Amino acid sequence: MTVETTPRIARVTVPRRGVRHDLRAVRVVLHREILRFLADRTRIITMTLQPILWLFVLGTGIGALMSGPLGSQGPDFRTFMFPGVISMSVIMTAMFSAGSIVWDREFGFLREMLVAPISRTSILIGKCLGGALVATLQGLVIVALAGLVDVPYSPLLILTLAAEMFLAAFTITAFGVLVAVRIKNMQTFFGVVQMAVMPMLFLSGAVFPLSNLPSWLSVLTSLNPLTYAVDPLRQAVFSHLNLTPAESLMFNPGISWFDWQVPVGVQLGLISAAGLVLLLIAAIRFRRAD
Amino acid sequence: MSNPAIAVQGLTKTYGKTEAVKGVDFQVEPGEIFGFLGPNGAGKSTTINMLCTLARPTAGSATVAGHDIVRERDEVRRNIGLVFQDQTVDGYLTAEMNLRFHAEMYGVPRTATADRIHQVLDIVGLQDRRSHKVETFSGGMKRRLEIARGLLHSPRVLFLDEPTVGLDPQTRAAIWGYINELRRHEDITIFMTTHYMEEAEYCDRIAIIDQGRIVVLDTPETLKASVGKDRVQLHTVDDAKAITLLKERFGIEAAIHEGQVTFAVASGEEFVPRLFADLKVTIRSVNVARPSLDDVFMSYTGSTIRDAEAGSPHDWMRAMVRR
Repeated sequence: MTVETTPRIARVTVPRRGVRHDLRAVRVVLHREILRFLADRTRIITMTLQPILWLFVLGTGIGALMSGPLGSQGPDFRTFMFPGVISMSVIMTAMFSAGSIVWDREFGFLREMLVAPISRTSILIGKCLGGALVATLQGLVIVALAGLVDVPYSPLLILTLAAEMFLAAFTITAFGVLVAVRIKNMQTFFGVVQMAVMPMLFLSGAVFPLSNLPSWLSVLTSLNPLTYAVDPLRQAVFSHLNLTPAESLMFNPGISWFDWQVPVGVQLGLISAAGLVLLLIAAIRFRRAD
Repeated sequence: MSNPAIAVQGLTKTYGKTEAVKGVDFQVEPGEIFGFLGPNGAGKSTTINMLCTLARPTAGSATVAGHDIVRERDEVRRNIGLVFQDQTVDGYLTAEMNLRFHAEMYGVPRTATADRIHQVLDIVGLQDRRSHKVETFSGGMKRRLEIARGLLHSPRVLFLDEPTVGLDPQTRAAIWGYINELRRHEDITIFMTTHYMEEAEYCDRIAIIDQGRIVVLDTPETLKASVGKDRVQLHTVDDAKAITLLKERFGIEAAIHEGQVTFAVASGEEFVPRLFADLKVTIRSVNVARPSLDDVFMSYTGSTIRDAEAGSPHDWMRAMVRR
């Protein structure tokens, strides 16, 4: 004779909402971002190949143009481009991560998060931290190529770069999230991103040095938030190179407001502040969405 | 004392000029399976969205598990489980990861999470697929996983929005098997919407909703009895003559449906002997059917559920209103 076994039901009791609960939500959203990043091999490969193309094809091409007829003895142009390419990689990855909100909306998973008894802000914080972490990992892949462009592998440099990349990536993800919270499909999101990011990238010092620019362009570059994300990376890389003062001035002019050279600390402060403000606005918009 | 699991008063939702839900009132008792039956666009999803705190009512009020849906949003959310009409699982993650994500989002105590995941996977029979990526699942398996997920945090009320839409009949029956099982094992109230008549039969009580209003609310049996008439279908040697005779002798309007002489009459079983006695046409077979919910829907709304769907705005417009 058999005894029917009914599964014993361990009723669970869901606690009242509190900070600890919200933190668990932040952590699991972050965890999911990383799992999804690691699961998407194609994305990792394309996101790695793209900057390599910039660095070794475009960088080599422009470098040849500069050193050829002018006979300049300066550093390899690819060395100049290195921090720029790191930033590009970080920016693209961070934007892509922010886009996952649109993706989640399109594929329904966002609803699962929206009906949970947590604050919507914790979803966004999780997304931003996740995006920042993923972009930093992706940036480190490019940092690993340092030797190929005569940048030394110094542990201090790598740590500095990682921290700066994380800050920059957080802010960029927050910007992307701000754009993404109200957008309903991926095409629109990428359209907007393309329109916003391309000019910002060109004006950030990632692609060409910001020295000797006409004043109108110079004003635009110092108004561009990305400039303050790219410059700390460049300063870090260039502090580990042996350059003449003239070369430094040419390739690593820093940022100055009128005649004041903005220190890296201030730049990082600006970037962090911008990140928090963007996140705040995104949270307000997200709370009102739907 | 048992407070109602759901109590709704004058709940209304308007989107711009469209009145999606026009003041509905009802109560759902604890432990009940309560169904909202109506064509697409009748206001079922909008009502569910309001009860789940995803949409704010324009007017009226409601409590779910004793909590007000506007003022105590988080309390309501903690006490309900949701299975949406559209898929909301993450295909890139495994079944278990989807459930773990949910447990964290709902603050299920860490010590209980593993046990509870095991249990809910048992309930829906997905234990052996727990570490497979969800993108490899069939539609029915995904739906089962969503039901498991909806149960994970031991909700008092489980909302199922068209739980079997888009599934083949076999899978549909299986899902219903799980839902009935569920009721035996869990102390839970189920609120569901459907536009399948056969499914409404499984509910303890159903509310027929049409154009944003509840037309009638009762048990399926009472509703069917209220229609009063049974459907009789005859196979005869001369159908045309049978129809004429039915009209002459009994004053009954009959017509050919599905290749048989069909008519409606009160207490069909008692009518059959008279039929054999008085109808001078050889009858080959008789079939008497109790009124179905189709007949109920027809008698209360004046159209079949399929007509109601065809007559209302296009699907995509309804989909937009639903958002």
